[in-house]
Amino acid sequence: MTPPDRLPGSKIPATRVGFGMARPGSNAAGPQAPEEAEEKETLPPDARIDLAKERAETGIDDVFNALDSELVGLAPVKNRIREIAALLLVDRARAQFGLSTSRPNLHMCFTGSPGTGKTTVAMRMADLLYRLGYLRRGHLISVTRDDLVGQYVGHTAPKTKEVLKRAMGGVLFIDEAYYLYREDNERDYGQESIEILLQVMENQREDLVVILAGYKDRMDAFFVSNPGMGSRIAHHIDFPDYTLQELDDIGKLMIRAEGYKFSPDAEKTFREYLNRRMKQPRFANARSVRNAIERARLRHASRLMEADKPVGKEELTTLSSEDFLSSRVFANSDSARTSDDSLTE
Amino acid sequence: MRITQGTFSFLPDLTDEEITKQIQYALDNGWPCSVEFTDDPHPRNTYWEMWGLPMFDLTDAAGVLAEVNECRKAKPEHYIRLNAYNANYGKQTVALSFIVQRPSEEPGFRVERQEWHDRAIRYTLHPYAADKPHGQRYQQNGQQ
Ligand SMILES: Nc1ncnc2c1ncn2[C@@H]1O[C@H](COP(=O)(O)OP(=O)(O)OP(=O)(O)O)[C@@H](O)[C@H]1O
Ligand SMILES: [Mg+2]
Repeated sequence: MTPPDRLPGSKIPATRVGFGMARPGSNAAGPQAPEEAEEKETLPPDARIDLAKERAETGIDDVFNALDSELVGLAPVKNRIREIAALLLVDRARAQFGLSTSRPNLHMCFTGSPGTGKTTVAMRMADLLYRLGYLRRGHLISVTRDDLVGQYVGHTAPKTKEVLKRAMGGVLFIDEAYYLYREDNERDYGQESIEILLQVMENQREDLVVILAGYKDRMDAFFVSNPGMGSRIAHHIDFPDYTLQELDDIGKLMIRAEGYKFSPDAEKTFREYLNRRMKQPRFANARSVRNAIERARLRHASRLMEADKPVGKEELTTLSSEDFLSSRVFANSDSARTSDDSLTE
Repeated sequence: MRITQGTFSFLPDLTDEEITKQIQYALDNGWPCSVEFTDDPHPRNTYWEMWGLPMFDLTDAAGVLAEVNECRKAKPEHYIRLNAYNANYGKQTVALSFIVQRPSEEPGFRVERQEWHDRAIRYTLHPYAADKPHGQRYQQNGQQ
């Protein structure tokens, strides 16, 4: 056995500084960013860049095509997404000429009624920002107050930080963000969570994008009481309620995606269903459409079972008028019952 | 004496960029990471103190590196290591473990010889730092 006290004391090579300890502060800029910037050669000033080609290389057209074909309506939302994509593409082109561009602020706020597609769009946004190189991973972590705010002193900060760590490299989606702030209780732990979020939104823009979502009026009130939050959000995007025609299109899209179709008379019944359902309380736009279709599928299945006859592809894929007509929406349209609404759509 | 142990013990200390890449490799494999520290670097001291719980469900290395940096700030003169656990074997198994910080001075170990019966000699290692009580080792200017 070699006496260990005579082992040669190996030295760290002078050319390499380990652990990054010799360059404090460099972490703040993000570990990968500076390296990438150095690797790319700067183009000469008279070079030309084909933006369409750049765009094709990022593959964002897939995202846009999916947006257009899978999401009905939402024109203002889609426009804003296009603008953001254009900005990021131009920034990339500028970077190739060595023009410095500060990283744009892409924290967003989505407002709109339930079921208007806020979560769905947020998910696509994460994918889009990933393809454009703005985010490193492009996943989406969806949270509400309960995930961020603790139950006792000292519980909130670790909880919020834990969520932030999970969201790093992607999008943090905070649904009904106004619940973080309780006006009536200034010692509410939500305030602590907001402060941590504010800090990260300001200082770690390269690490994540925060998207807040909720009803418009309550979100506005939230920003009035938390001006710091409002000013850190560059994009306030409002999701309009769908028109009857749009709901109808959404329904058709959904049943096609599920491998069903309407019988000729069901098409009309479905539209009438939507027309009535829209006027009833607790209408949740596209989500109500989805629920209606789920219920119709149940009735369709029971109908086939009860008929006790051999079935073919045609029967298995066709939703007929009666699958919708037995909904309570039709039964008591004038006395709009809402107590067990979600079960009776 | 520069103490080495763990996955990259034969390499020079990793830079933060290299650490980030290793963390990302672990996360991409679905291995949760954890940060541990100690001021008792004896090779047989397997149980270092935990800097928080292992971090589950992370996607990106930035969150883990942030914890490493937090730990460095709080324990600038301790050994810190990063572990990654693989649960595929039915229990949490260390898949990756390497040092990400060491004290600025490492006095090393002395060998101790114990006379045993029949003139036999038993050897053991004793870290100089361990002469001081836990928490007072490797202190620089009163820092822990
Ligand atoms: N424009 C649309 N086209 C097609 N389907 C849509 C559209 N908008 C929403 N949907 C569908 O409606 C359902 C509800 O949408 P989503 O969960 O995104 O709504 P939300 O705005 O997040 O609602 P909430 O505020 O209640 O969380 C989803 O199944 C989604 O696929
Ligand atoms: Mg939602």
